[in-house]
Amino acid sequence: MQVQVIGAGIVGLTAAFELARRGADVSLYERRPGPGLGCSYYAGGMISPWCERQAAEPIVTELGIEALDFWTKTLPVATIKGSLVVAPPRDRADVVSFSKRTSEFEECDSRRIGEIEPDLADRFPYGLYFPREAHLEPRDATAALGKALAQLPNVTLRYSTEATASEKFDFTLDCRGFAAKPVLPDLRGVKGEMLVLRTKDVSLARPIRMLHPRRPVYIVPRTDPHEFMVGASMVENEEPGRITARSMMELLGSAYTICPAFAEAEIVEVGGDVRPTYPDNLPRLTLRDRTLAINGLYRHGFLLAPALAARAADVVMKGAHFPELMQ
Amino acid sequence: MKDVARAPDDALEVYGTRLSSRLFVGTSMYDSPAILADAVRASACEVVTVSLRREAGGSRAGGSFWDLIKSMNVRVLPNTAGCKTVKEAVTTAQMAREVFDTPWIKLEVIGEDDTLQPDVFGLVEAARILSEDGFEVFPYTTEDLVVAEKLLGAGCKVLMPWGAPIGSGRGLNNVFGLKAMRAHFPDVPLVVDAGIGAPSHAAQALEMGYDAVLLNTAIAKAGDAVAMAHAFKLAVAAGREAWLATPMEPRDMAAPSTPVFGVAFR
Repeated sequence: MQVQVIGAGIVGLTAAFELARRGADVSLYERRPGPGLGCSYYAGGMISPWCERQAAEPIVTELGIEALDFWTKTLPVATIKGSLVVAPPRDRADVVSFSKRTSEFEECDSRRIGEIEPDLADRFPYGLYFPREAHLEPRDATAALGKALAQLPNVTLRYSTEATASEKFDFTLDCRGFAAKPVLPDLRGVKGEMLVLRTKDVSLARPIRMLHPRRPVYIVPRTDPHEFMVGASMVENEEPGRITARSMMELLGSAYTICPAFAEAEIVEVGGDVRPTYPDNLPRLTLRDRTLAINGLYRHGFLLAPALAARAADVVMKGAHFPELMQ
Repeated sequence: MKDVARAPDDALEVYGTRLSSRLFVGTSMYDSPAILADAVRASACEVVTVSLRREAGGSRAGGSFWDLIKSMNVRVLPNTAGCKTVKEAVTTAQMAREVFDTPWIKLEVIGEDDTLQPDVFGLVEAARILSEDGFEVFPYTTEDLVVAEKLLGAGCKVLMPWGAPIGSGRGLNNVFGLKAMRAHFPDVPLVVDAGIGAPSHAAQALEMGYDAVLLNTAIAKAGDAVAMAHAFKLAVAAGREAWLATPMEPRDMAAPSTPVFGVAFR
């Protein structure tokens, strides 16, 4: 079976990988010069199916749990160190509501938080620890997928190449993210902005989420132990590549609140892009003739891509139907 | 009969528009626009408020979300949330008028980052500029009577005092002040805006004679936003009916006023 995959972001890469593993001949097209250079490039890389339940439907948790296996066994680039949710004393109400909507956590007091992350000792009176969650460096993950695909004999990679659905193939997977809006008019962009800080004064082993009534922020340690991704804003706005002064102040202010030692960190990167999102903020597989669009992963690209890739492969190769994703 | 002017069908009239729902709903912080749309339907509200300052970006890039709002078939009350200066608020209002094709503007000039309380000086100034420019201004203010008077002088025909700080969910912090405001301005539509956390708070505002309530977080951040939206619909209707029915006066049993002589029913 000859399958064309358009888009080498996290969705296209995992879909191509899954199809190739199942024996399909895959041609992957990407208009950018390499894998993972669209909005995947700015992702946080938290594989946190239980935390995300705080503002998402149960299906996000169900599909997200599958990603833990994928990123730690099938393509082992993630580490399971759990994630930690904290809030300043006055925002205790936000920790309580977070705990009401999530599961699989341990409640922590200040002492316990200090045991888990020594650099946060005595900074937060309450927290939640989700021990089964993982995190990864998104750019390592997309590079590893690109490399794995390049080594497979039944995969052809075409970077810097624009493509449209072609009759030459038995099936086309449209994995273009927000660029597919002309054919998927329900899509909207939800802007996310991030920055990367570099400092030797802070050590964190796992993602830290700090709750706030208006601007929750997370910090994810990168592969380089001195680099930390701080993200991410959520703005109903479709303008990619531009970070506002307000967002930057909020991200920096929150990083400083989590750990004051970030004040002397070097800002090594600022960036942002738009998350492709449907009105219900849930992912969707859209089948039209012999084209299947996988889109709407919103803020859950790395969390949901493995499960969606597996289902997309079932649709393409076995004619499967998934009503919860395809209605 | 109340001394508050009211139509026979009990519609609320603001700037010449008659509304049968006395609940205004904010559109931020929902888990998704789909849930927002369901919540708006469940609340039976006729007015939603939408922020533009941050969403506009450099090129009015909030378009898709704004289109979703427009498709909900309710009246849009754009707001200037996030604006801290008169100039920002005026510019945002002008953009809102173009984007949503309405003279209505919920005017917020934020004076304090933490509590988000209004800068009432900037508010009065911005209200005057916008009213002179043809806007129909809904100012987010405090319960201060002097500020209220100045807002009316600046051209506002509706006042929206806070119940408590935005997003705090603490209900009506200063019941005395809000009652004084109602008594002071019997003919001005008054809307409690901000601080409502539970349907009982909304009912209380309506029972006190407030014409409507505006809220966002209490619905958006409830465990089940759609069910909570419906609960608010019921509470607002109950509060309004109670006000029209003239609640009884509470009796102070702590200070006996009748002679104990000859009390039969001990």
